[in-house]
Amino acid sequence: MMPDLGRYALEVSLAYIASLGLIGLLVLWVWLRGRAVRRALDELENDRSDNA
Amino acid sequence: MVSIWQYANPLRFMRTTDWLLPIVAWLAVAVTAVGLIWGFFFTPDDFRQGATVKIIFLHVPSALMAINAWIMMLVASLIWLIRRHHVSALAAKAAAPVGVVMTLIGLITGAVWGQPMWGTWWAGDPRLTSFLILFLFYLGYIALWAAIEDPDTAADLTAVLCLVGSVFALLSRYAAFFWSQGLHQGASLSLAPGTRVDWAYKAPLYISMTGFGLIFVALVLAGTRTEIRARRMKALVARERMA
Repeated sequence: MMPDLGRYALEVSLAYIASLGLIGLLVLWVWLRGRAVRRALDELENDRSDNA
Repeated sequence: MVSIWQYANPLRFMRTTDWLLPIVAWLAVAVTAVGLIWGFFFTPDDFRQGATVKIIFLHVPSALMAINAWIMMLVASLIWLIRRHHVSALAAKAAAPVGVVMTLIGLITGAVWGQPMWGTWWAGDPRLTSFLILFLFYLGYIALWAAIEDPDTAADLTAVLCLVGSVFALLSRYAAFFWSQGLHQGASLSLAPGTRVDWAYKAPLYISMTGFGLIFVALVLAGTRTEIRARRMKALVARERMA
């Protein structure tokens, strides 16, 4: 299944691993930060409605 | 008549992106997967570049999005400066981390391709240099947002920085046309007749470009939603402190 990359196997593999890794990290960071901020806001709004 | 300005209302933006974001996100995954799998597994080696031609399916879409992200930030910043819509300033802020990663991918894949093809990882080429400066502008833009406490002041100053950085975003795209001493080739993809790339490469490349564009849209929508929530949280905390 793996294509024959010949003498450029290292370069091509490195490019794909680095790029997909960076995109994966970015998606993970956006998702985790979104989740953290959403939780914090929910807690704050719940506290406010409890105090009201 | 539906107007784009109605999305300047954070509530309406949140309501719309609530159903739109999953669609765009899954579409981004599917289209990018098709483009990259096609490009990596099912394209032939180039007669001169060998298998390194497969790097273009990452390099071209990421470089394109790096520049387009900055242009999107420029438009959003101008909307903020002229019309003072908070959502546009927050969208620009959300686009910066995506843009910086796209720029980094463009730089890495370009260097990895350049080493075997040009015999060097890096050259003082106008296009490469302006792209590196664009990367530094992205870092500066993110740092400036983080350094200023007041969100309106931060939005004002980063909008000005964005205007200045646009020179390098445009240079990255057009440097190859008016500086002939660079190593980087001119545009390979063109609407003009006599195009230089075969459809065996062009079809997966266009799909990858669409996929990267969708990734950008999905991440900016998700990031903007987070920034809207973070801004609301800040406003609530400030209101409580004043009470």
